[in-house]
Amino acid sequence: MSRETSELTCIVCPVGCRLRATVEDGQLVDVQGNSCKRGAAYALDELCAPKRTVTSTVRVEGGFLPLVPVRTRDPIPKDKIAQVLLDIAKIRMDAPIRIHQVVAADVAGTGIDVIASRSMSRVNAPRAE
Amino acid sequence: MAAAARAKQCGAGRVILMDRDRELGGILNQCIHNGFGLQLLSQELTGPEYAEHFISEARDAGVETMLDTMVLEVTQSKQIVAVNRDEGLMRIDAKAIVLAMGARERNRGGVIIPGMRPAGVFTAGAAQRFVNMEGYMPGKRIVVLGSGDIGLIMARRLTWEGAKVEAVLEILPFPSGLTRNIVQCLNDQGIPLYLSHTVVDIHGEERVRGVTVARVDSNLRPIPGTEWDIECDTLLLSVGLIPENELTQDVGGELDHVTGGPVVTDEMETSTPGIFACGNVVHIHDLVDNVTREAWTAGEGAARLVAGQQPGGDTVRTRAGDGIRYVVPHVLHLDNLASRDVRLFMRATRPAERVQVEAVVGGEVVFSKFERVVRPAEMVMLTIPAGKVSPGKMGPGKAGPNRAGLNTVSPNCADGGPQPELVVRITPRDRDSAAEGGEKA
Repeated sequence: MSRETSELTCIVCPVGCRLRATVEDGQLVDVQGNSCKRGAAYALDELCAPKRTVTSTVRVEGGFLPLVPVRTRDPIPKDKIAQVLLDIAKIRMDAPIRIHQVVAADVAGTGIDVIASRSMSRVNAPRAE
Repeated sequence: MAAAARAKQCGAGRVILMDRDRELGGILNQCIHNGFGLQLLSQELTGPEYAEHFISEARDAGVETMLDTMVLEVTQSKQIVAVNRDEGLMRIDAKAIVLAMGARERNRGGVIIPGMRPAGVFTAGAAQRFVNMEGYMPGKRIVVLGSGDIGLIMARRLTWEGAKVEAVLEILPFPSGLTRNIVQCLNDQGIPLYLSHTVVDIHGEERVRGVTVARVDSNLRPIPGTEWDIECDTLLLSVGLIPENELTQDVGGELDHVTGGPVVTDEMETSTPGIFACGNVVHIHDLVDNVTREAWTAGEGAARLVAGQQPGGDTVRTRAGDGIRYVVPHVLHLDNLASRDVRLFMRATRPAERVQVEAVVGGEVVFSKFERVVRPAEMVMLTIPAGKVSPGKMGPGKAGPNRAGLNTVSPNCADGGPQPELVVRITPRDRDSAAEGGEKA
């Protein structure tokens, strides 16, 4: 039996509700201070299996910019962040790119895709520096 | 973008969006982190995705865009002087103008750090552009001065790109960024945050070699004897944003010295008739959703002006009372207060828990809401429901039809003249009943 009450700040959205959550045997038994139901889900995840959305960039050939921003479609387990970042760093893409195009499927065995955060048109002439 | 789209949707004939950049979206394009749009779009988007949403909306609404176009001047008669490569110098006579130039970062000169002037001192936003859009790292061992959101976001971003962020220093006793960013950008990465600390010296001749930091006293002065050195090759500054108001100043409108932006009405119209403003030009926001809300109001206001449907009648001035640093908008139309919900944006002076945020007219609390926590870093929004403030509530002799400056926002009203006021204040919850009825300014 483990029953634990923690104070934490919800990071689901920028409002940053301050939560007081009690977890017992992997179950959320009480949460206070959340202003939406996502806060309760966050408290359970954060105390039992913390997750984060990872955002980064990927090198692009022939694009309007040399990089395209990417993100995980959903939050991934916090302890996988380093591996996800290493995997993302190896990727090279060719423009054009559509927003939400899959950049890497099932990244680092998380079951979650990395997707492009913007569209990027193709520019054939070298980019003016 | 949101103002342009909304103006067009509200029936404005021709709407032109001018931007000096080569693509729309502004700073959103370099803000690749997530957290945008949760309130308005019910999705947690990155900056570029949020931008793309509104680029599409503007295009679908029929907004014309002019990129790589620099606006040089805006005149009181609503003429825009702009220049680009295709058209050369242009003069455009507008019926309404919405200013949405955003903000610029305070830099080293703005916070006056002594020491050498080596390479390796960047504003956090410049570093963000290098890393996220250009593909360059500003350095390997980083110290961040200031706990603004961009600095926090960059502390995580640089850590994720392989740099070592040694410390974040904040001169104030509380963080200036959002709590969620303290949690996920610093705590998650094990980056120490030193409150009440600042940089007192920068070392290095060609390149930054390190900084000397010190604790500060309650007057924000470094305390002798508390200094220590941190080795680093890069110093990022996240020490505040300044509304970009060169164009606004040229027009000659009234400015709010606290926000650094123009004084605006609840239509987001500045004191120059027909010139509107929204977003970080008016005051610095922490949530893009609120920028968009303001932009919608400005777009609607501009469309209403063009259609000759602006609210007339009396106005009431807002004022920041106890516990509030500033409140925007500055002028409210009684017609609007009677007929629609009017949203006030404000910042608390200091952190507080369990408080009522109250709107007070003539000593009477007309509307209030409970906030569990208020922090200077997190903007407070108070939406006054339609009909809560009516001419009858303004008190006898306060909102008479004979008042000078009807319909206009006169700079002369700034200092409490005869114009009625709506005071916004913060009071502790438990003193709720005792505080009612007594206006404290």
